[in-house]
Amino acid sequence: MPEIRLTPAQELSREPKKWIATLIAALVCVALLAWSGSALESNSTGGSGLSVAKGIILGILHPTGDILFTLKSNGVPYLLLETMCIAFLGTLVGAVISIPLAFLGAGSIVPKPIAVIFRVLVMAIRTIPSFVYGLMFIMVTGPGAFAGLLTMSVCSVGMLSKMFIETIEDLDRGILESLSAAGCSTFDKIRYGIIPQLMPSFASTLIYRFDMNLRDATVLGIVGAGGIGAPLIFAMNSYRWNDVGAILLGLVVLVLIVEWCSARLRNALMRG
Amino acid sequence: MRQSDRLGLYDRILKPRTYELESGRTIDEKRSRMPLVIILLVVATVVSGEITGFRISTLVRRIGYFFVMLGDMFPPDLAYMSQVWTPLWDTVKMSLLGSAIGAVLCIPFAVVSSENLIRSRAVTMVFKFLFSVVRTLPTLVVALIATYVFGLGTLAGTVAIAVFTFAYCGKILYEQIETVDMGSHEALEALGMGRLSSIRYAVWPQVLPSFLSTVLFCFEGNVRYASILGYVGAGGLGLILNEKIGWREYPRVGMILIALFVAVVAIESLSSWLRSKLT
Repeated sequence: MPEIRLTPAQELSREPKKWIATLIAALVCVALLAWSGSALESNSTGGSGLSVAKGIILGILHPTGDILFTLKSNGVPYLLLETMCIAFLGTLVGAVISIPLAFLGAGSIVPKPIAVIFRVLVMAIRTIPSFVYGLMFIMVTGPGAFAGLLTMSVCSVGMLSKMFIETIEDLDRGILESLSAAGCSTFDKIRYGIIPQLMPSFASTLIYRFDMNLRDATVLGIVGAGGIGAPLIFAMNSYRWNDVGAILLGLVVLVLIVEWCSARLRNALMRG
Repeated sequence: MRQSDRLGLYDRILKPRTYELESGRTIDEKRSRMPLVIILLVVATVVSGEITGFRISTLVRRIGYFFVMLGDMFPPDLAYMSQVWTPLWDTVKMSLLGSAIGAVLCIPFAVVSSENLIRSRAVTMVFKFLFSVVRTLPTLVVALIATYVFGLGTLAGTVAIAVFTFAYCGKILYEQIETVDMGSHEALEALGMGRLSSIRYAVWPQVLPSFLSTVLFCFEGNVRYASILGYVGAGGLGLILNEKIGWREYPRVGMILIALFVAVVAIESLSSWLRSKLT
């Protein structure tokens, strides 16, 4: 093959011309942003916004000590414990609901049409906003932590089943084949071939979801479904910014600790 | 778990099982940690059940009421759709603009939190901590604060979404920057390029595709979040949703939810198509 010598200028001129595509993409982005800017509207608070913001920041920086350290049922520690319990059981119940849904939605296990039906079902479950579920479950159990827990569990179903489906579809079939070749029964195949493959990934997903549920638990408070959300929203609505500061401080610290622990646990699971 | 690994406390209580192979060598099999994990999980479940008042009997007896409201939503009030369009587009616009603002804002902060670009450990720690704290703030709380500062309306919702996107995309972006191949960056610096321009030409092209795909992914989720924000008065679909639930006009609620479902599915398919083009 003859060697072709090119000057750098010639080399550069042979670069693929991508600027037209880039230009079009940029124009589309700018147009979309301009279009979405048209929706911006706010019923102006008449210049008081800045003073409100100042009050909020000052309040949050000076949290109330009383509710932060009391151990009574209206204190931050108990509310955080309740929130953690809601998130924990919510994740657990969510897992119980999602595992069968995931097996039914995995294209490698059931026929394609059935899998598609269950995937659409999971998507529909995921679309309904959490406060609508909260209101529905309050009709079942009455207001309180129980309703919150059920809401958490249904809200977890969407993400959990999606991740579970991916894990199930990634199962290594070779292991199952070699187990049957070695003469294992169906039960043995499930026990030694399937469960060890699924467990680490399922556990890691669940820990991650617990983390998210803890953060989302405040949404539940607004419909009266227990946890730390309700006191937080009440304090905000009555402009008690020092109490808001105390509750937020507790929540942020708890979430940071749980996040750190869950990251370490998931790392340990991934290494096996 | 890791603790007991290091100290070997668990293994000292439950002795490892020892096998002797045919060759005469012995092998220790450490006992499974499963029993400990199961005991901890059971204790946590019982305690949480007590605190939250979980009663399986109530659930079985009254689960029918869950479907009462769902049943009332069907058939949905199709004629109401004409009034759903504006809030629906507002929701989409809010999440689009909020995601864009958040994504652009997080870039400089992500750069200064990357250990491989900034020499000073203290600076990166401070900015990483900032990202973590912002990420723990619940979106709804941010939205509520924003309504106090910016007044009721879509501006407050946009701000809340921008804050969430800032924290989420920022964290992922600095993680991506830290795993980038630094060879080309060093080469460009060795050629005499400035710090910023070598980041622009060596680091930026490496992280751009995955960053864009993160932003798109975040946008998908934001559309769903934006529908909740209306609950605190931050504009969009949540506003009418809350109102119609309050008035118990469930067929209209059903229509709103169906519209949201279709919008979310459409946006998700569009964005996953775009993301498959990017990578």
